[in-house]
Amino acid sequence: MLQVENLTKRFSGFVAVNRISFALEQGEILGLIGPNGSGKSTTFNMIAGLLKPSEGSIRLEGREIGGLAPIEICHSGVGRTFQIPRPFKQLTILDNVITAAFYGQRGSVTRAKALDQAEEALTLVGLPTDPQAEVASLGAAGLKKLELARAIATQPRLLLADESLGGLDETEMNAAADMLGHIRREKNITIIWVEHIMGVLMRVVDRAIVLDHGEKIFEGLPREVARDPRVIEIYLGSEKITFDEAAS
Amino acid sequence: MFDSFLLESIINGLLLGGVLALLALGLNLVFGVIDVVWICYAELVMVGMYAIFFLYVYYEVPLAGAIAAAVLGVALLGMILHRFVIEPVLGTAPINQLLVTGGVLFFLQAAATLAFGIEFRNIGIRMPVVEFGDMFFSFARILAFATALVGVLLLWLFLTRTYLGTAIRAISQDREIMPLMGVDPRRIYLITSAIGGGMAGVAASLLVLQYDVHPAIGLSFGPITFMVCVMGGLGNMLGGFVAAFIFAQFISVGGYLFQIEWGYVIAFCFFIAMMFVRPKGLFSR
Repeated sequence: MLQVENLTKRFSGFVAVNRISFALEQGEILGLIGPNGSGKSTTFNMIAGLLKPSEGSIRLEGREIGGLAPIEICHSGVGRTFQIPRPFKQLTILDNVITAAFYGQRGSVTRAKALDQAEEALTLVGLPTDPQAEVASLGAAGLKKLELARAIATQPRLLLADESLGGLDETEMNAAADMLGHIRREKNITIIWVEHIMGVLMRVVDRAIVLDHGEKIFEGLPREVARDPRVIEIYLGSEKITFDEAAS
Repeated sequence: MFDSFLLESIINGLLLGGVLALLALGLNLVFGVIDVVWICYAELVMVGMYAIFFLYVYYEVPLAGAIAAAVLGVALLGMILHRFVIEPVLGTAPINQLLVTGGVLFFLQAAATLAFGIEFRNIGIRMPVVEFGDMFFSFARILAFATALVGVLLLWLFLTRTYLGTAIRAISQDREIMPLMGVDPRRIYLITSAIGGGMAGVAASLLVLQYDVHPAIGLSFGPITFMVCVMGGLGNMLGGFVAAFIFAQFISVGGYLFQIEWGYVIAFCFFIAMMFVRPKGLFSR
């Protein structure tokens, strides 16, 4: 479904991502993890089109999308969320999602279809479809859900979820993780999930890739991540407990 | 004691406010969405006034047809302004955008002077004066007020009831995220520029009924329009709408209580005072 080969990003000589390769099957959830500065967001932004790769290729369903403009990548079937939710605060919740449904797909979408898809996306994430509901009425978890609903409304085949658990309490984190699993099952969407909170993530992902200093240091099953000595070394300390949870 | 002249000046202020609101709305829309101030906005109005004058007087096009052509023509001019003047400097420092639109201001003034001379031209339509009790009102101003309100209402409906309008409002809040949702900012900017230009064209059709057209006509209401926009908060359409009526009342009632020129002086003093009290606009928080 997605093939990333030798993906590299350099910023004036500094190598932020160095020859990363991985592939995803349709309907798979891949966890992309690593400490701050490991290259997760840079990789993410290259797939979403916000950054142009210095080298390497990104192929979605056989078609090269590396270096395309974000709008082209969106129309190719890639949706993304942001770590810090960026809703249009002066629009209603429904209008936020309708805008994504109406413009986020290749070809023309009728008003009725955009409304249906927006309502479906809101229902999927558990937000109200009330046309008057304001963004201001949403808390941290609600804003994360709105991010997801907007991305889903573009009818992506690949969803890039950026730190969807940040700022949530434990109950909300578990609910959010379950929701991503539910979305995958309902829509058969392939998901790349960037996160640094590992415990909850490992419950849902099929595979995990760990980055450090722009290099891929691990790729494998969730239960193997916590046992990998290189991963333990870079995460030693604050994430130790979470590792133990993941291993158990 | 009831002062019918005061009431007349208040109503005249209201009528003037409608036209100022229409002018401010186009400018605020463009600023709110594209984040660029069209310094040459009043000169686009001047181009529209010339277009109506020549089409109606020289080519004997019916007035409605001349107005429709002018509105479409200035809308196209707005798109050209964006595509060829603003877009190349959109990613650079804001001062560059001010300078290039300022350059267009002088270009249009000079071009109009070269092409049409400095003489004042009038389309020669005499509008009746409406008498109400002891009060007299210019029918042209009433027409302008009504058209301005209809224009404001139509724009509001467009922005709130259509998906394109929703996208325009959305991009004014976060332009970086829009491409990730499939919205092409360049297309939205062009459409917004066309709407802004079209509103300048509508304003031209209202002003040409009341004023002579000449190359420097933009200076008569351009600075006032900017002050209205700044007082309302640049880019804040509701703020600009309210500020237009406040400003117009100062001009009209101030002019009645003292002298016409004093009306403008009082309005400008109020503007300066407001810049100290609420520098970010009437509705800033």
